[in-house]
Amino acid sequence: MNEDALVRVEGLSKTFDLSPSWLSRLLRGGAKQRLHAVDEVSFEIPRGTTLALVGESGCGKSTLARLLVGLHEPSRGRALFDGQDVHQTLGGADAGPLRQRVQMIFQDPFASLDPRWTVGQIITEPLIEQKILAPGASLEQRLQELLAVVGLSASDAKRFPHQFSGGQRQRISIARALASEPDFLVCDEPTSALDVSVQAQVLNLMRDLQRQRGLTYLFISHNLAVVRYVSDAVGVMYLGRLVEWAPRARLFSDPQHPYTRMLLDAIPKLRNTGQARTPVQGEVPDPLNPPSGCAFNPRCPHANDRCRTERPLLQGTPAGRVACHAVAEGRIGVS
Amino acid sequence: MSLLEVKDLVVEFPSRRGVLRALDGISFTIEKGEILGVVGESGAGKSLTGAAIIGLLDPPGRIASGQIRLNGERIDQLPEAALRSIRGRRIGAVFQDPLASLDPLYSVGAQLIETIRTHLPLDPNAARLRAIALLEETGIPAASQRIDHFPHQFSGGMRQRVVIALALAAEPQLIIADEPTTALDVSIQAQVIGLLKRICRDRGAAVMLITHDMGVIAETCDRVAVMYAGRIVEVGPVQDVIHSPAHPYTAGLMACIPDLETDRERLAQIEGAMPRLDAIPNGCAFHPRCPRALPRCAVDRPELLAGGATQAACWLLAS
Repeated sequence: MNEDALVRVEGLSKTFDLSPSWLSRLLRGGAKQRLHAVDEVSFEIPRGTTLALVGESGCGKSTLARLLVGLHEPSRGRALFDGQDVHQTLGGADAGPLRQRVQMIFQDPFASLDPRWTVGQIITEPLIEQKILAPGASLEQRLQELLAVVGLSASDAKRFPHQFSGGQRQRISIARALASEPDFLVCDEPTSALDVSVQAQVLNLMRDLQRQRGLTYLFISHNLAVVRYVSDAVGVMYLGRLVEWAPRARLFSDPQHPYTRMLLDAIPKLRNTGQARTPVQGEVPDPLNPPSGCAFNPRCPHANDRCRTERPLLQGTPAGRVACHAVAEGRIGVS
Repeated sequence: MSLLEVKDLVVEFPSRRGVLRALDGISFTIEKGEILGVVGESGAGKSLTGAAIIGLLDPPGRIASGQIRLNGERIDQLPEAALRSIRGRRIGAVFQDPLASLDPLYSVGAQLIETIRTHLPLDPNAARLRAIALLEETGIPAASQRIDHFPHQFSGGMRQRVVIALALAAEPQLIIADEPTTALDVSIQAQVIGLLKRICRDRGAAVMLITHDMGVIAETCDRVAVMYAGRIVEVGPVQDVIHSPAHPYTAGLMACIPDLETDRERLAQIEGAMPRLDAIPNGCAFHPRCPRALPRCAVDRPELLAGGATQAACWLLAS
């Protein structure tokens, strides 16, 4: 167990109850329905590093992000931030320091900024709300510092969000997140809504900020190429479960889980133009009605009877952790 | 004769602050059976180019000048009734959001049969058989049962297959696909791209593939046109544009895309952002962001010039 982990997630689960109401169940029949959005996920993020979580829509990566910042209540398990239980602390009397130290950046910079507030108001709100101005510093001064950090000009403070492009808005979101001097930023698809040239600007900015301030990131993305650029370690999720975790270099050079291999294979490559890829079979199954055993088994070329009945657990390998019977039994050759 | 020829196309939007020129002198051709990629960032005018070709410009947008020819015949000045018979029959369209392209109140079969019968002289039974065959061709399992299902009963990838089936219903010669895979997960995206490629090859249909994803372009297209601020800045064979771009914007765009093959300490950046339509710079629209701009670039607008295997609108090629 890593002593220097800033964030530690232990058996974290989130179940949503999607059942029809009690009365309609009584009248029309029908069973309770539970969606296991996040199921028994455990990992650690060492201080000053980036863990990227990847997976397709509905794999639970955004739910996990929300659990970590306290926007959802966990059904089971816990998330520890610097040794403190996130959910307990946020519900308790001394939630303030934790709120300051954990911040989130959202995907859509058009939806996450109040259109009726000026940029200055948006960025300074956390400072005023949480009363965290360093003694002697003026609010205005701090605002100017924050604008400069994210590459906006001082005069931008008086403008409104609609006067900015998507990339600039995401810079405003980052400035707001940085206002309380956080240690840990949860970034949910921060560049997915941006054009590639703007994405490069924002990714470079995030990397610079991490180096200067020793920030720890949880970076959620569906784009493996972006993940390769930003991360130190990568977790791959499928239907609410972590199916593989590995240091970045190892994940990309030697993916283990068949789903990880499939994802890497599915990305259109710039370098081998015109070459046909291995076709990927099937789709993500209905999360309300997941397959028995390994959730990936209907799409997996290596699935056997054991995969269809027994759910594989995340097991340590020399270079990471993987939840796959075929890997554990040595049925899949090294790619 | 090219299947589609667009020449000096100008699309304008009258507004309170004057006329905004959204497309400014677009010229390109698509040959029979060819897949032309159109790539660029938001606001570059890619979707607008597609909309102008099929006559679906949102008012007050209008074609101010230029020509669009399909098989040599001008289609940019046709009355709405004549355009309707071209749309669907000779040019099919696939848009980004499959749910928006399908009517939620009708089964996919009803929508397919309606489209088929609008364009082809078939009786209902023959049209239904054809609809099932189309769904099978686009890879929908158990097509003869699924045909009576409604759009909400299909997943995102399956819906996009239905939309492709709809676009193919009347055997068009050209399909305009506007970000057909952007709303889909990567594994499904790969399936849909494979499908589009295979079907076009089998039927000899040409495709204009509009996307912001260079990886999709690299895997799918024969040629690619790069757009910036309402203009085509570079056009040429995919391999050449990707590996030896002639225009500084294309080069910058390629350098800032993170990829899976190389480890990079830092992504290259193009400083600034694309200009707004009401503030397009004089001369080359890219010159304020261009690392290699010459004095001339701020004054004269470059036309497409031959540069190696591609054509690029850049004064660097003239010197």
